[in-house]
Amino acid sequence: MTTTSLADEVGRRDHAAWKAPNEAAYRRRERSETTVLAALAVPGLLLIGAIALTPIAWLFWLSFRSGSDFTFEHYERLLHPTYTLTLQTTFELSFLVTAICIALGYPLAYLISQVRPRLAGFLLLLVLFPVWTSLLVRCYAWLVLLQRRGVVNSWLQDMGLIDAPLRLMHNFTGTTIGMVHIMLPFMVLPLYATMRSINRDYMRAAANLGASPVKAFWGVFVPLSFPGLFAGIIIVFVLCLGFYVTPALLGGGRVMMWSMQIERNVTYHSDWGAASALGVVLLAMTLAILWGVGRLIGFDRIVGGR
Amino acid sequence: MTAVNGKGSAISLPISIRNVTKTYGTFTALDNVSLEIASGEFITLLGPSGSGKTTLLMVLAGFIRPASGEVRFGDRDVSLLPPHKRDVGMVFQNYALFPHMTVAGNVGYPLRLRGVAKSEIADRVQKVLALVQLGELGTRNIDQLSGGQRQRVALARAIVFEPRILLMDEPLSALDKKLREQMQIEVRHLHQRLGMTTVYVTHDQREALTMSDRVAVIDKGRFHQIGSPRDVYERPESRFIAEFIGESHLVAVSMRGGTAHYRDRPLQLAEPPRHPSGQQFLVMRPEKLKLLTGGEDGLNVFEGTAREIVYQGESTLLYVDLPDDVEVAIRQPATSVGPALPAPGTPVRLGLPAGDTMLVPAERAP
Repeated sequence: MTTTSLADEVGRRDHAAWKAPNEAAYRRRERSETTVLAALAVPGLLLIGAIALTPIAWLFWLSFRSGSDFTFEHYERLLHPTYTLTLQTTFELSFLVTAICIALGYPLAYLISQVRPRLAGFLLLLVLFPVWTSLLVRCYAWLVLLQRRGVVNSWLQDMGLIDAPLRLMHNFTGTTIGMVHIMLPFMVLPLYATMRSINRDYMRAAANLGASPVKAFWGVFVPLSFPGLFAGIIIVFVLCLGFYVTPALLGGGRVMMWSMQIERNVTYHSDWGAASALGVVLLAMTLAILWGVGRLIGFDRIVGGR
Repeated sequence: MTAVNGKGSAISLPISIRNVTKTYGTFTALDNVSLEIASGEFITLLGPSGSGKTTLLMVLAGFIRPASGEVRFGDRDVSLLPPHKRDVGMVFQNYALFPHMTVAGNVGYPLRLRGVAKSEIADRVQKVLALVQLGELGTRNIDQLSGGQRQRVALARAIVFEPRILLMDEPLSALDKKLREQMQIEVRHLHQRLGMTTVYVTHDQREALTMSDRVAVIDKGRFHQIGSPRDVYERPESRFIAEFIGESHLVAVSMRGGTAHYRDRPLQLAEPPRHPSGQQFLVMRPEKLKLLTGGEDGLNVFEGTAREIVYQGESTLLYVDLPDDVEVAIRQPATSVGPALPAPGTPVRLGLPAGDTMLVPAERAP
């Protein structure tokens, strides 16, 4: 191609020189739409800034203050065995509760995702029902159920499974039972949402290619449900780390969680600096876990981008 | 009859479908259908949506259990065999490629399930990917592929374990027209090369005509006609077939003394009506009609009024109103020779060669 037609030449020159008279109007409209959209978000952003970020910043500042001096003493104190033991308990309990939630929640979510929509709706209602009941009420209900002469113990004794009543509350066991109960919906819901969106043709394709139902489940269904599983794990684990009410009631003071140390420092010792340091550590640990998991599997998968 | 490749092992199996019925509540998806498919044959189940064609394919794959009837692959009754033991390849309408595996992972999956050695898997995956012209893409993720590439991966995955029966459920319906037509030819060539018995489901009559050895037209859970593409197009057995396959306008005719009459004029027929009972219709396909200017030897003549001209690029369609509110159309190829199309409103005379004059009954006798 060595020659250009006159028409091409003219066209190109025209394009360079010619400016659409309404181009500016389009740009103005686009800018104003962006502004309107941003304006809609302002109240929300202000609220978050005022009631979330500001206190956190204040907390952070307090944790380095003693009287009017800058200090690391609040953090140094956290190395004391009381606190390291609490940290250990907190993590142990959170891991255990998350693991049990997976073991109970995965089959449940799978069932709900496979049944007819009407039945699925009913089952979901059952899962959600506890969430709509007061947390405190549910914890006290567990106290009634799990106490020495409570329903659970008398059943077990009537059936002849045990001779003496088991210690089911005011210890690690009771706390675990209560926390699993509270956390289960947070595992089931994201799992269910992900499983529902798995096209049945994937399982059919696996079967067609020679996979037995068990192999198709582990090789295809489970990997495809990972986004929901990771979301559930993160929600449950992070909520567990900072959980207060249930461990306080069902643990009876014998199961020390990180959150309870914070409460103690504020109520009994009025030591805002120490409490702040504890809060900052909890926040830092939570962020570190989120970051680690995010690095490992990618945030878009957890949020459900893919 | 079982086709055999050079190595002496069977590469395809005949399929026998006997009296299969499937109902959903009061809805009958398959109504006592029977079909014998020869070994190595490419047969297409053609029908409108809800006709039962996909249901029948799912019965063959084992995903749907019929209420009664029998399915045999070769000598083997597979009616009760679960899908993962049937050893048939299948291409799904939405491809169903596993998003958590790469292209090679997807294609190698059936081989891994069969315990094939790793090195051999890599080898066979590479070969089959080359066969569908995707040699370089083994390491890609599924979401990095175009629609046409996904289609090829799905095909590769379905044939990599050398099944003797291949099922395809509207595999090309998600592709644009040009790519679809290209893939039709490719799938056809692949079938000629590999030779497995292939059951292909589509609602696209042109696709069915292009690809198949035989076409089985299905509607409301029953086969209406089974035959070669030419047979089904040129010699439709019922009004439904004539209207569903190709373009056609049907004109009611009356039978008197064994002869068909259109407005009291006797018609010359290609052959006597095959199902002579009941109301008969003349099949008027646009491309068979001629615009008459002079001679009318061997033609059945129809007089009407030109109504509308529709330009379609490669050809032009002229709609003509015949008396009694009957509409027909005539297609003129876009060449500069031949008579000019009459302006709307002017009278026209149309000729239908006797050899193309075909009668169909309103409903095929059961």
